[in-house]
Amino acid sequence: MSQLFRLNKEGLINRNKKISFTFNGKKLFGYEGDTIASALIANGIHLVGRSFKYHRPRGFFGAGVEEPNAKLQVEFNGHSEPNVNATEMELVEGLSATSQNCWPSVNFDIGAINNFLKMFFPAGFYYKTFMWPKSFWYKIYEPFIRKAAGLGVASIEKDKERYEHKFEYCDLLVTGSGPSGLASAYAAAKNGAKVILAEDKPRFGGTLLTDDVSIDNLSGKDWAEKIITELKSMPNVTVKNRSQVFGYYDHNMLVMFERVSDHLEKKSKFTPRQRLWYIRAKETILSTGSIERPIVFGNNDTPGIFLSAAAKEYMKVYGVLVGKKPLIFTNNDSAYETALEFKKNNVEPIILDTREEHSSEVIDEAKSKGIDIRFSHGVIVANGYKKVKSAKIGKLNKDKNSFERIETVDCDCICVSGFWTPSVHLASQSGNKLKYEEKIDAFIPDKKKQHETSVGAANGSFTLEESLKNGFENGSNLSAKITDTKTEIAIPNVNEKKYGAHDKFWCMPLPKNENPKRFVDFQNDVSVSDIEIALREGYRSIEHVKRYTTLGMATDQGRTSNLNGLQLVSNIENKIVPEVGHTTFRPPFTPITIGTIVGREVGMEYMPTRKTPMHEWHEKNNAVFVDAGAWKRPRYYKQGNETLFEASKREAKNVRENVGICDVTTLGKIDIKGPDAAEFLNRVYTNAWMKLPVGKARYGLMLREDGIVMDDGTTTRISENHYHMTTTTAQAANVLSHLEYYLQIVWPELNVNVVSTTEQWAGAAIAGPKSRDMLSKLYPNLDVSNEALPFMGYKEAEFFGVTSRIFRISFSGELAYEINVKSDHGMFMWEKMMEVGKEFGNQPYGTEALSTLRIEMGHVAGPELDGRTIPSDVSLNGLVSKKKDFIGKNSLGREAFNVESRQKIVGLIPIDRKSSIPEGSHIVQDQNAKLPNPKLGHVSSSCWSVENNNPFSLAIMKDGKNMIGKKFFAVSPLKNKSIEVEVISSHYVDPEGKRVRS
Amino acid sequence: MLYIKCPYCGLRAQKEFSYGGDATVKRPNINEEVSSKDWDNFVYMRKSPRGKHIELWQHIAGCRQWIKVQRDTATHEIFQTAKVTEEIR
Ligand SMILES: [Zn+2]
Repeated sequence: MSQLFRLNKEGLINRNKKISFTFNGKKLFGYEGDTIASALIANGIHLVGRSFKYHRPRGFFGAGVEEPNAKLQVEFNGHSEPNVNATEMELVEGLSATSQNCWPSVNFDIGAINNFLKMFFPAGFYYKTFMWPKSFWYKIYEPFIRKAAGLGVASIEKDKERYEHKFEYCDLLVTGSGPSGLASAYAAAKNGAKVILAEDKPRFGGTLLTDDVSIDNLSGKDWAEKIITELKSMPNVTVKNRSQVFGYYDHNMLVMFERVSDHLEKKSKFTPRQRLWYIRAKETILSTGSIERPIVFGNNDTPGIFLSAAAKEYMKVYGVLVGKKPLIFTNNDSAYETALEFKKNNVEPIILDTREEHSSEVIDEAKSKGIDIRFSHGVIVANGYKKVKSAKIGKLNKDKNSFERIETVDCDCICVSGFWTPSVHLASQSGNKLKYEEKIDAFIPDKKKQHETSVGAANGSFTLEESLKNGFENGSNLSAKITDTKTEIAIPNVNEKKYGAHDKFWCMPLPKNENPKRFVDFQNDVSVSDIEIALREGYRSIEHVKRYTTLGMATDQGRTSNLNGLQLVSNIENKIVPEVGHTTFRPPFTPITIGTIVGREVGMEYMPTRKTPMHEWHEKNNAVFVDAGAWKRPRYYKQGNETLFEASKREAKNVRENVGICDVTTLGKIDIKGPDAAEFLNRVYTNAWMKLPVGKARYGLMLREDGIVMDDGTTTRISENHYHMTTTTAQAANVLSHLEYYLQIVWPELNVNVVSTTEQWAGAAIAGPKSRDMLSKLYPNLDVSNEALPFMGYKEAEFFGVTSRIFRISFSGELAYEINVKSDHGMFMWEKMMEVGKEFGNQPYGTEALSTLRIEMGHVAGPELDGRTIPSDVSLNGLVSKKKDFIGKNSLGREAFNVESRQKIVGLIPIDRKSSIPEGSHIVQDQNAKLPNPKLGHVSSSCWSVENNNPFSLAIMKDGKNMIGKKFFAVSPLKNKSIEVEVISSHYVDPEGKRVRS
Repeated sequence: MLYIKCPYCGLRAQKEFSYGGDATVKRPNINEEVSSKDWDNFVYMRKSPRGKHIELWQHIAGCRQWIKVQRDTATHEIFQTAKVTEEIR
């Protein structure tokens, strides 16, 4: 199929390489260098989608980031992406694009009926129409809106692509490679500054690619190429195309979205699809250019209506005609260039200029080429449903509010220009308060807020000469401050046409009795009448008008609509635009993929994985792991077809009867050294520490200043001024910061140092009645008797030739020891223990059995120390010293902490001795009471007691021990269970603690 | 993301720090009688100013030192950073 709208020579595409693709199932081709949009237009296709509210046919309007309509669902390289901007996405072989927001098809759309039911969707329709009744939302309104008005469809497949994050620092970041951007980057680079130049499009040069100008006797395009080539060769410069700087954050950090490989046919395995750059720049040049704004007129959303600069870009960059019978509708000189370009390609345009007859360089040129120019003219309404066929045009009277003459002319496209809007998004994001510039009827950046400097069109300078001068000067001055080098650069000679003044004309009036829709915001279907309604209904603040009408709230962020909306409001309200103000610009400037935001932090890379030195052994022995923070801990070691319940019961029982070993490497370990270490511990812990002898361990409890228990653990005095503290796995990092806080800020006079040694030591607990026998085999030369190594004793000894520490401490409530060796010897220790332990029936046990053992002993852990309990709540008030001061002590006197009925720890057993009580269950008096059923407490930890062979739970309950012997219900609406329970002591097994001392 | 100058390590990304609250709060001395009111003020009462605020940050992924940062809570501008032993005017 030939491309009827492709020019023969013009354009920067590669005509030697055809690319096949499909659009709505139809096979088409384009060329390398095309966007989806340029390829479709070359094939004469303009109808690409349906509008959001009214499902009106929509076509392309722009040629880049400003596009409000052409958002497609695109499938390529095995993934499907919604809302892809057809004017930005480069064509790749095999790509398949489909229209979204239409049902059942773009040519026949049922939702278009909305177009004839306009009363159904006026401004505020979301608020007004669907207010009642509530139940209608889920059944009728929402499904209807979703089906009819949804944007694209997000893929539910796993994204197999690779995304990366990159952190970069530079002296100068230049955002945009138009004339002012190139000049800034060049000047800064010559001063030796570290420069990053970012260009959103695949091609560098911005307007230099399409404008009829020359610089130092080179065409704009050739000059851009020359500068880029030189910049690329400089080691201090990074030049990036396909890279959009989309956010300006605090402290001069900018974020850039780089499309690395979507346009490549083949890529290597590790090439990312997209990359997110966090760039900390000392100075930033915002050379983001400007976006043309339309003039509002009737049915101005009909396919075939373009921004005039976009039409020129399609010709000059892609060699594509947007039509063969163009109407150019303008209030300024720049659109004449589009007309001249058409003329050059043997297409006869008609120019409708809202200004009265006058002359300027470019007007004279158009006249001399015989172009039909009609002054004081404009388009009233476009005719044609799926494509422009003709236009009703009018000659305006002097008041510009009525017509001297109206006629209809044939046309197949309308190129509209309502002058230019600087892209101030990044400047505004940086915190810059914008100011209104009367001369160009638009906002430009005001005083610097961070280190942002806007140059060129982004700063409201619309001539090439000024833009270049601006760029060279700012690039040079800003970088010279950093590098202390100033290289003189001659500002090149420029040849460009001088433009006359534009007309302050934004919206075409309508003849009496005619009422076609005039759209301000295409993507959200906001029309002139919607804004009028909002104002009539009393909305005044532009922020309210925006939300009520949804003006500028679509994914294009109102790039082509904001200023026209403001002009409209100011006209109706009889205010000037700066009084109306503007809405806030927020990142991202363009939509970016979720994959890029996530980067490599997915799956296993979501967070670091911490493994103990014995991890491999656990793996080989069928351990089922559980996450404990970043650590992987064996939950149980599966034998045969065992369930978690069966395995943990077996493991726990073996500890009670024989001996078991458990990997306790993950416990937090902190080395505490210094002459004031004892005094420090005495302040940190609730109990007394001044008299702990060398070679002894002690259980300690630490509070927060508000009296709540923070953590518990044992600390051992290794030598005179050296202590070894252990913390729970979960609190290790917090406890270290807590200690550092007090040492650095509160008591700097204490001569103490702390450092984490968690990863220096591998730990194994051996627990059970036979643990001493096993220990004596592990240390044949050491006296391990109860007298030589009593409960809470500590010894250093050689473990088969390696250094080790033996702590006689117990979490399981059994006779138990914890052995630490240097991490490198962890595996050696473990394997030796397994070998030596065989004759004693030693088996490894995981965290599930560990929990069972501590729960039935009534030892508290995380579920009880949940940030709400004080020592007496969990029966640890025996550890609270009355004599000395410590962190949090003053809070323990608070009235609420000392109420008799306060919730405290108790034990629970089911009356039937069979039903396990779900953790989190609420304890209530009457299971059938009316809601809200008064809650007396909650179940914190549950296990199957291996000692008594029935379920047992710990609970935090009102009135605590006073409830012992009473019966209640533990209800879990989540598990749909209600179990009758009896309250007993929390110490279910060995309440006197004889075993640990045996 | 803020850019915070650690007095020991230099300018580092906010990612490396953790926030520690108002730096002007002084803990009552250990072993000293303190009224309930003073204690409650120390534990619970914090100002939430709009504007300049002297606060603590810890360089947890760096030197692990607690530092003082004078920051504008509305604009995030950082005026000064200092060691905790130093005064911020
Ligand atoms: Zn530091």
